[in-house]
Amino acid sequence: MATEETYNYKVVRQFAIMTVVWGIVGMAVGVYIAAELAWPVLNFDIPYITFSRLRPLHTNAVIFAFGGSALFATSYYVVQRTCHTRLLSDKLAAFTFWGWQLVIVLAAITLPLGITSSKEYAELEWPIDILITIVWVVYAIVFFGTIMKRRVSHIYVANWFFGAFIITIAMLHIVNNIEIPVTLTKSYSAYAGVQDAMVQWWYGHNAVGFFLTAGFLGMMYYFIPKQAERPVYSYRLSIVHFWALIFTYIWAGPHHLHYTALPDWTQSLGMVMSLILLAPSWGGMINGIMTLSGAWEKLRTDPILRFLIVSVSFYGMSTFEGPMMAIKTVNALSHYTDWTIGHVHSGALGWVAMVSIGSLYYMIPRLFNRELYSTRLVEVHFWIATIGVVLYITSMWVSGIMQGLMWRAVNSDGTLTYSFVETVQAMHPFYIIRTSGGFLFLTGMLIMAYNIFKTVKGATPAEARIPEPALAH
Amino acid sequence: MADFVSDFWNWWVIVLTVLGILFCWWLVISQSKKGQISGEVQPTGHVWDETLQEMNNPLPRWWLMMFYITLVFGSVYLILYPGLGSFQGLLGWSEVNQYEREVKKAEETYGPLFNKFLNQDLKAVAADPEALKMGKRLFQTYCTVCHGSDARGARGFPNLTDNDWLYGGDPETIKTTIMNGRQGMMPAWGEILGNEGVFNVAAYVESLSGREVDPVVAAKGKEIFEKNCVACHGKDAKGTKAMGAPNLTDNIWLHGGSHKRILETITKGRQGKMPAHGEFLGEAKVHLLAAYIYSLSHKGGKESMQGSTEN
Repeated sequence: MATEETYNYKVVRQFAIMTVVWGIVGMAVGVYIAAELAWPVLNFDIPYITFSRLRPLHTNAVIFAFGGSALFATSYYVVQRTCHTRLLSDKLAAFTFWGWQLVIVLAAITLPLGITSSKEYAELEWPIDILITIVWVVYAIVFFGTIMKRRVSHIYVANWFFGAFIITIAMLHIVNNIEIPVTLTKSYSAYAGVQDAMVQWWYGHNAVGFFLTAGFLGMMYYFIPKQAERPVYSYRLSIVHFWALIFTYIWAGPHHLHYTALPDWTQSLGMVMSLILLAPSWGGMINGIMTLSGAWEKLRTDPILRFLIVSVSFYGMSTFEGPMMAIKTVNALSHYTDWTIGHVHSGALGWVAMVSIGSLYYMIPRLFNRELYSTRLVEVHFWIATIGVVLYITSMWVSGIMQGLMWRAVNSDGTLTYSFVETVQAMHPFYIIRTSGGFLFLTGMLIMAYNIFKTVKGATPAEARIPEPALAH
Repeated sequence: MADFVSDFWNWWVIVLTVLGILFCWWLVISQSKKGQISGEVQPTGHVWDETLQEMNNPLPRWWLMMFYITLVFGSVYLILYPGLGSFQGLLGWSEVNQYEREVKKAEETYGPLFNKFLNQDLKAVAADPEALKMGKRLFQTYCTVCHGSDARGARGFPNLTDNDWLYGGDPETIKTTIMNGRQGMMPAWGEILGNEGVFNVAAYVESLSGREVDPVVAAKGKEIFEKNCVACHGKDAKGTKAMGAPNLTDNIWLHGGSHKRILETITKGRQGKMPAHGEFLGEAKVHLLAAYIYSLSHKGGKESMQGSTEN
């Protein structure tokens, strides 16, 4: 017999809808700054919309507003459903929603005004940092509190990843943002010189590793088996790759600082651990894709599943590319070029955005007790998004590798073959292709917004009763 | 040891790294042994959210092999290269000695190509097409950020093609300028002369380049000029190359020739800085650069490319 208790779907709904909204905002800013690089006149000499100010707005919006909202929505959904219990506290959960939205709005105001701590992916100034810390601690309380009152004995694998993501982000955020306030809108980092750079990239790379990877693997572990209606491929593999992944990632940051003032030993450790990270990363990919074994034909008819599986393929591709770029010799070519930008976006668009999109298409109809308005539009979204990603990353590969090769080309007398401006000129066509790739991806998001709007319009929010845990336990 | 404040941190790094890699080894080895199950693979028996289950497939062999390969590579790398605290690695590699090796090799390969021009007279070098080609490449790499790809400069950065020289345009002087750099300095006269004084002297200076100005104002300005400006710019206002004071009669304006700019220059003064390149590039390369720059305003042996940087 089912209990009378229900799941807290309200906070999940709120975060899910805001994921779509912030996705559109963040990606629109991204398309605009990509266009600014191709056509600098788009700066219009207005300081608030120059590349230098909009770029952090773009990264913050897509990572923390879009990605963050997606993680909140899915983790709250998954932790309740796999623990067979309501969230620890509705009030605290609501606090995380409004608190997080406030952070995003403050970011959208301060960054264009040029208020920044100048740390990449942690540009927000100290009062906002404190707000983030508070929201995050409450998030941890809600999440782990829910785990503690679970009605099944085993903790489902998705929750391990969500849990690791929440704990590690708390640690990274606090340590990286230790700073000395000077005024309300200005602070200085507590670290100096290369130590500051190291702390920054320890944070920066683990923002990728835990925010953009571990959290989204949590998503993968719930939504792929659900949508495919197949069991997870290997429990054993999930244990091994989980522990190897969270152990190894934390060392990888120094590969962002090859051939700099960072001591040799630190650089080497960063490179070695980045290489060892390949197998743990691919463990996740294998578990995601092989979960489909016995149900491959579903890919032909189910565009939601296709989003999820293609996202995992992009994950595999980026996590192969990453260790390769961490090798010093490769890095000497790729560092400071567009190749890095391409790599980031194959992860961000191909993996993070697509797994989120697939999860939202699965979740939203269930949150509103509705059928999805149009599966055909999901299909269209899938193809537009995929073409967009491919255009984006291939143009940046070509542009980045060309850039690296042009920088190092020398004449017979040892002088540089190309002046800097010649490399900029050579990149121009690829900047236009990149902009159009981004534009396609954004178009896909707009189609999604329409589809979701039609789906939820006039719907009564679903109240889902909590089923009894299966007897197998 | 240099990277560590005490031996504790050295061992801290070593022990954590070794334990970490051993942990990964243990993880993979343990799974290689008991991970292989024969017969039908069954779900683990746990069920969540009504339908979620897990199979217990063994770890794919190729995946384990990949893990082993990266672990072997990583372990060998840390023996050969610096990584384990202050242990320098068996190969003795460091990023600094790699840089030094590369620079040394470049010196050996390319040095003679440049050195062969060093003993030649600069004017002769400026007439040698091969030397000019090399000089141009050097210019494109090191000089264009300030002086522009076409060497015509920008506001605050001299045009190098117009045969107008702040410090003198004979080849040896150009070479000295590049070797040792220059520090230009026009003092601020705003507070000393007052707004009206600045206005008057600006009118006089503009008249020197043949511009139409109010003769009464210019006459007042001339008095001020003779009292304050001749020390550097000379009685005839044609400048003093020894101190880099520009000629004010040729309608060429380093910091902009509009009325507004000239007022600003006099009021606030100007700082100009040409960095020294001797130590950075070495004399042989500077020699080529000087010849190339000289050639820009002496094409085919005659003075050419008269222009102005009016802006």
